[in-house]
Amino acid sequence: MDTPIIRFEQVNKWYGRQFHVLRDIDLSVARGERIVVCGPSGSGKSTLIRCINALEPYQSGRLTVDGHLLGIEHEEDPRAIDQVRRQVGMVFQQFNLFPHLSVLDNLMLAPTLVAKVGKAEARERAMAQLARVRIAEQADKFPLQLSGGQQQRVAIARALCLQPQIMLFDEPTSALDPEMIKEVLDVMTELAGQGMTMLCVTHEMAFARAVADRVLFMDEGQIVEEGAPQAFFSEPRTERGRAFLSKVLGH
Amino acid sequence: MTRRHTLTRKRRAAPSFLDPRGGRAGHSPDLGAMISPRLAPAAGSLVQRLRRELFGSPLGSALTVILLAVLGWAGWAFLEWGVLNAVWAPNAEQCQAARGVGACWGVVAEKHRLILFGRYPHDDHWRPLLASALLVGTLVISGLRRCWRPWLLGWWVAVLIVFFALMRGGFAGLEAVPTELWGGLPLTLMLATLGIALAYPLAIAVALGRRSQLPALKSLCIAYIELVRGVPLISVLFMASFMFPLLLPVGQSPDVLLRVLVGITLFAAAYLAEIVRGGLQGVPRGQVEAAQTLGLTWWQTQRHVVLPQALATVVPGIMNSFIAIFKDTSLVTIVSLYELTGALSLALNADANWRPFKIEGYLFIALIYFVGCLAMSRYSLWVEAQLQRGRAR
Amino acid sequence: MVVQPSAPPRRQHLPWRAIAWQVLIVAVVAGLVAWLAHNTVANMQARGIRTGFGFLWETAGFDIGESLIDYQSFDPYWRAFLTGLLNTLRVAVVGVVLATVLGVLLGAGRFARNLLVRGLCQAYVELFRNIPLLLQLLCWYLLMAEGLPPVLEAWSLGDVVLLSKAGLALPMPVWSGGLHWSVPVAEGFAVEGGMTLSPEYLAVLLGLVLYTAAFIAEVVRAGILAVPRGQSEAALSLGLTGRQTLRRVVLPQALRVIVPPMTGQYLNLTKNSTLAVAVGYPELVSVANTTINQTGRAVECVAVIMAVYLVISLLTAALMNAYNRRVAFKER
Repeated sequence: MDTPIIRFEQVNKWYGRQFHVLRDIDLSVARGERIVVCGPSGSGKSTLIRCINALEPYQSGRLTVDGHLLGIEHEEDPRAIDQVRRQVGMVFQQFNLFPHLSVLDNLMLAPTLVAKVGKAEARERAMAQLARVRIAEQADKFPLQLSGGQQQRVAIARALCLQPQIMLFDEPTSALDPEMIKEVLDVMTELAGQGMTMLCVTHEMAFARAVADRVLFMDEGQIVEEGAPQAFFSEPRTERGRAFLSKVLGH
Repeated sequence: MTRRHTLTRKRRAAPSFLDPRGGRAGHSPDLGAMISPRLAPAAGSLVQRLRRELFGSPLGSALTVILLAVLGWAGWAFLEWGVLNAVWAPNAEQCQAARGVGACWGVVAEKHRLILFGRYPHDDHWRPLLASALLVGTLVISGLRRCWRPWLLGWWVAVLIVFFALMRGGFAGLEAVPTELWGGLPLTLMLATLGIALAYPLAIAVALGRRSQLPALKSLCIAYIELVRGVPLISVLFMASFMFPLLLPVGQSPDVLLRVLVGITLFAAAYLAEIVRGGLQGVPRGQVEAAQTLGLTWWQTQRHVVLPQALATVVPGIMNSFIAIFKDTSLVTIVSLYELTGALSLALNADANWRPFKIEGYLFIALIYFVGCLAMSRYSLWVEAQLQRGRAR
Repeated sequence: MVVQPSAPPRRQHLPWRAIAWQVLIVAVVAGLVAWLAHNTVANMQARGIRTGFGFLWETAGFDIGESLIDYQSFDPYWRAFLTGLLNTLRVAVVGVVLATVLGVLLGAGRFARNLLVRGLCQAYVELFRNIPLLLQLLCWYLLMAEGLPPVLEAWSLGDVVLLSKAGLALPMPVWSGGLHWSVPVAEGFAVEGGMTLSPEYLAVLLGLVLYTAAFIAEVVRAGILAVPRGQSEAALSLGLTGRQTLRRVVLPQALRVIVPPMTGQYLNLTKNSTLAVAVGYPELVSVANTTINQTGRAVECVAVIMAVYLVISLLTAALMNAYNRRVAFKER
């Protein structure tokens, strides 16, 4: 399978008329590839991955996900967006679990409404995913009764219930207390090992080194450098890359 | 690819078209060269945007067409009645002839002084006008952060004294005008402004009392707040107008204006107290703790640390209360004080020629209130934005 | 060694200064109340007004324009007050329901995709919020008095609903030997049969509903905006449609933010119904006003009004607190 599952071609995005947040992005992601996106804040990393499941529109260029073309702003194809969102799962920095529903209901909501799966099968799927992230015993609790790390693992399980082909992670551990980061990273590492296509925005460099096939370094809206993690972390080829790494890895 | 992926496996060779060192088609081989920001492509003309917003979908288009039709018909009917067929001159016969077909704005031309100033003597109308202008000006500058200095308090006291002196007269050649004759717009402004101005210190005291540790004081304040907030303003006005004369020693009968003012002040203070309490609760506990470690007493803490921060956040709430009280002053008609609505009834009921044209009078007053309240709410939003700017980094 | 948790030491005495302050405050307030009461009694004696609530059992001597229960002018005052209270509830309950429906539609309309719909909803809110309610009530009453046709030329809907200067006449089910419908028929200057809603009632209802709906619209809008954006983003990224997101994720959470201020608006509507005295609708305050004018018993009547509204406010607050406890997010 040679066709990339995600393809950005000269994609540009602006906020308003002046703020050029994504500049001439060219990127191809192969099926099963694991990519970590890093860079200083404001560099457009989150915006980049949020374009993939059409949470953010873009104004020029071409973005294709799993064979569906996501059109530019005001020319989107709603059906393409629907199809793409079923194939792409997303995990947010703030977890965004639904606080008025129990953990189990959180997981069963999308399969029953979107994939039109029966309740019994949705429940089975939900319990299976909860077991996968090792949190099955909390199924009947409510999100605000769980710790941050537990909530994030539930969020990962929720995204997995739709059996997506691509998983997007937007700084999944940035809002967690340090002692809970490991449990979430462990789950993500296991997921990576099982062949999932993953794009992950994160500051966890050890995770990137261990798991990523490719690291993208972004700054001021463009992909400044990309390559295998060892190459990037030991010998960044650009000045910006070196400056960023020295700040992040210094302590 | 059937081999199972494990983490220790060798990394898959990157497909050739992704080779970072060579050229991606169309991309400069100059790694690290920065792309400078450009302007976004034009978002489409106004016509295109309107078409999208109004006719974006079949349902939306149908809705737009129906609404435009209804608006067009209503707008045309009002235009015909209110402008094209209307009588503008203060001529009662013309108005009668145009009844039902056109509006009689002549009633406004004829009676506007009566409506705006009530029964105040005709030749002295410059006095309430000047007094109102002073009051409005003072209100406006009170919202500007630059003016929140000690002299503002002094200015307020001075303006209020001048206001009463001007309206009352009785010195320096100004004819004395008893309070029963005060009416119209100056009365509305005075009741609203004075009501809030007097209620504010009372509200601060009650809010502090509500948060105190002494159970007796706390219960008293809670009782006052809940009692006043639970009953309608009319009952407070009735209480003020019927009961206050009974509450004072035999023989003393306070001014109707004074009674109503006391009623409005007590009413406004209860609502303001809740707003101030919200502001006090919004000051982080850390501020009080820091003040304590610096050795400040409770009073000093409240005065220099807590209250300034709390009051800054409640300014929007106070302005909303002012707008509400401004509208509520219309209720004093029910206790026989002739503010705008009452003055209108007075002006038209007495004059059979103009009596049929009450609706035009009501529309005139509604316009005054609408413009006044809209201006105040926009002003309050502006003040709020100013305050936010002071806080955001 | 692990230190076991134990009970804290007993509270120390309250400092004497605090007790002294409280005694002083209570003494001052009690003294003030006593002085006011003394003045009141003296004044009432001087004017020859008797005190006490005994007058409630005396004959009222005035008519009330419309009533849910049987009331004649020779009935006692307490029955008059009850009639007034029922009239208040009659306009408040119907008003709350209609205002909620209109307010929710307007509030949700602020988020519509159609520019015209959004603009009209905003214009409505700005217009009706910035004009005093009393003025609106007087306008509607005047329009009805002048704009509605006389009874014989009443506008009718299928001949069973009549709208005229006598009000809105609707068919009413009547139980007499079976279930019949009493249909209104125009006879001379009045309408016979059916159930008539007087022009005063209609004016008060219309004014209250249109005014309160503007405030409810803002409450609904604030509630929807209060739900964090991340919630709808998460729902959309799971593939839910906009409508499903609204129904299953946004609205349930928005309701929790909406209910408290919404109850505040319901209370406002009930309290605002007292303005009906200006158009002659005989609700509680109007009846009390007439009673004060007839008997001079200002203190008792005002006390009755305040007591009734206090009870309504406290009941509503208690109901709302119960609702809040039930739907609060379960936290640890």
